[in-house]
Amino acid sequence: MNGELLIQHVRLVDSRGEHGTADVLIGQGRILSLEGGDARRHIDASGLILSPGFCDPHAHLREPGQEVKEDLTSGLTAAARGGYSDVVSMPNTLPPVDRAEGVAALKEKAARIGQARLHPAAALTQGQEGKRLTEARLLAEAGAVLLTDDGRTNEDAGVLALGMQYAASWGLTVSVHAEDAGLRRGGVMNEGGVSFRLGLPGNSVYAESARIARDLEIVRYVLAQLGGRGPQAKALLHVQHLSSARGLELIRQAKAEGLPVTCEVGPHHLTLSEERLESLDPLYKVAPPLRTPADAEALIQGLLDGSIDCIGTDHAPHTQDEKELDLLRAPFGIPNLEVGWPLLYTELVLKRDFPLPVLLERFTDGPRRVLGFEAIWLEAGAEASLVLWNPDQERPVEPQRFASKAKFSPWAGWKLRGWPVLTLVEGRAVFEGLEQPA
Amino acid sequence: MTVTPDTSAAAPTPRSLLDFQGWSRAQLESLFETSKMMQEVLARPVKKVPALTGFTVATVFFEASTRTRLSFELAARRMSADVLSFSAATSSISKGETYKDTLLTLDAMGVDAYVIRVDAAGVCHQAERWLGKPIINAGDGWRAHPTQALLDAFTLLEALGSLEGKKIAIVGDILHSRVARSNAELLPRLGAEVVACGPATLLPGTLPGVQLSTDLKTGLTDADAVMVLRLQNERMDKGLLPSLPEYIAGYQVTQERLDWAKPGAPLLHPGPMNRDVELEGPLADSSRSLVERQVANGQAIRMAVLYHLLVGKKPRGES
Repeated sequence: MNGELLIQHVRLVDSRGEHGTADVLIGQGRILSLEGGDARRHIDASGLILSPGFCDPHAHLREPGQEVKEDLTSGLTAAARGGYSDVVSMPNTLPPVDRAEGVAALKEKAARIGQARLHPAAALTQGQEGKRLTEARLLAEAGAVLLTDDGRTNEDAGVLALGMQYAASWGLTVSVHAEDAGLRRGGVMNEGGVSFRLGLPGNSVYAESARIARDLEIVRYVLAQLGGRGPQAKALLHVQHLSSARGLELIRQAKAEGLPVTCEVGPHHLTLSEERLESLDPLYKVAPPLRTPADAEALIQGLLDGSIDCIGTDHAPHTQDEKELDLLRAPFGIPNLEVGWPLLYTELVLKRDFPLPVLLERFTDGPRRVLGFEAIWLEAGAEASLVLWNPDQERPVEPQRFASKAKFSPWAGWKLRGWPVLTLVEGRAVFEGLEQPA
Repeated sequence: MTVTPDTSAAAPTPRSLLDFQGWSRAQLESLFETSKMMQEVLARPVKKVPALTGFTVATVFFEASTRTRLSFELAARRMSADVLSFSAATSSISKGETYKDTLLTLDAMGVDAYVIRVDAAGVCHQAERWLGKPIINAGDGWRAHPTQALLDAFTLLEALGSLEGKKIAIVGDILHSRVARSNAELLPRLGAEVVACGPATLLPGTLPGVQLSTDLKTGLTDADAVMVLRLQNERMDKGLLPSLPEYIAGYQVTQERLDWAKPGAPLLHPGPMNRDVELEGPLADSSRSLVERQVANGQAIRMAVLYHLLVGKKPRGES
């Protein structure tokens, strides 16, 4: 059998488990064989692991309008370096992505850039103003994969209900930044003992849980309105960046009831907690905020038991200058596309025996299921959107080497393993770090 | 008299006064001893010592505050330091220049120590990271105002002799008060018991080492001293309080209510005062009030802080 690339002696691991060592032949954008063959290029991948390419349902790539923070080239290159073959961009750009033309323009430009594949999310409401719905059908046709007003919160319950009801007809899930603006007020960190002591405005866990509780009731209402006519393949509601044990508990109960709801958690909420703010460094300012170690622990359990469907990075690049403003004025957000996998592989799998196939599921099948994409498994005939990564080589996080324009990181200096060395999109290498010294 | 405070007993003085983290009780007591010496200097006809000749102290006020700035500048001048004075409304920051840019610009002028006042918690910590020089926090957001707490404690020590086992009541908007937070950090270290008292919407959920109460009587009963905080009108605008009369009805410190405290218990206020809001007008002018002592002691305390942070260091420019 003839192919373009032969990855030899490679360990195969996907969401279904470990599949031993194989020689993976790739051609025409697909896995042709797991038993070798002829190819123009050979890679000796002894000691490396091949997995399906990662999929991020939530990244802020800032184009159009805020290219000083990030643009499609830097953002999608960062994604490829992070092992992602697929990335969903958030629509809170300037102007917001709220029309089919905007979605099409992003997709066309991303295809030319040829890094990770871009799947734009579009605004739920025109201008993300929370009033009039966007054109869900036209947006879906243009390639939008989610509708969201992320960057803002959906304060009008009626508009959100109509949005969910209408979007379902066109196969689109509504994704929400679940925080109640009134309860959150001007909070810049988790409200509690640490914020009271530091004298920083707090943002309570209950700002998140109260909003999730409301939105779950809206899902029940919309289900009743749809009278069983809604498409059942996808959820009606996707809750972004879950941060609290309380919010998780509400979603766990809703799922047990069978409500069509999914959710994601970010790498920072799993590995950092509010004590980081003791440094009074806006690097740790993120919305929703870093919570307590007990919250992080609960989220890890939720990721394990499947209450949490997937990892969403909420990659939120800003300029260095912006993140060096004070804690009240610095923008919310942490860039993390390039560290998500090695971070969670090291902190969860290596340090806590979190099962590797489960973590892989949350980076691959989980997000694809949320988005209605097909799963990628390591078998002949599968789409060759894959990542080759090194489970052993340890390297510190070096933000100055990020492809992202945001060259800072709360994990700077953390020594991690699991760094991607090759990312393929339909058989084409979009990131190659094999030459780097081992 | 020569001013040569004995700082040898304590561990090395921290580089900055950002809050009281890293300041031991011995170091704080040494600071109070120095303050007493500075009081003697201030009692002289020529209120000036050459201790900081050659040093440049910048007062950087990103938030308006004439009184605190003048107090620091006078303190620095009385120690013979050169003073660089910068003040800007916060709006100029939103026009483009960041705190970091401003501070780095000033630093290029050869500053040895910075006194910083700002509306956001943490900027003094950031400044120390950016500049690597001694920083005196003159108030950062709701977080800390350590020289105010020091002058409050010093004034209380003058009035009460010792703070050991003394009950100090702090009344008002605790949640948004850097004065309350710094006193809550400092006074228990000196042996005092602190009760902070205010409307439920203006109290934090917890504050380490401090008893919190919404009941003014609980707060004032048997107090050895009462510290009254300024109420900002902004709290009504933000919906945290229904109205000014409502606050006055529940929390104004009046002659009658002051009788719940120990006989003769003194009154403190960090200023500026809203007469007849947080404090009944005549009380402010009564012999119970230590407000003028606080202002006078502020001078001595700020001279002592500058002395402790800069003594033994060399002004920039010397090799």
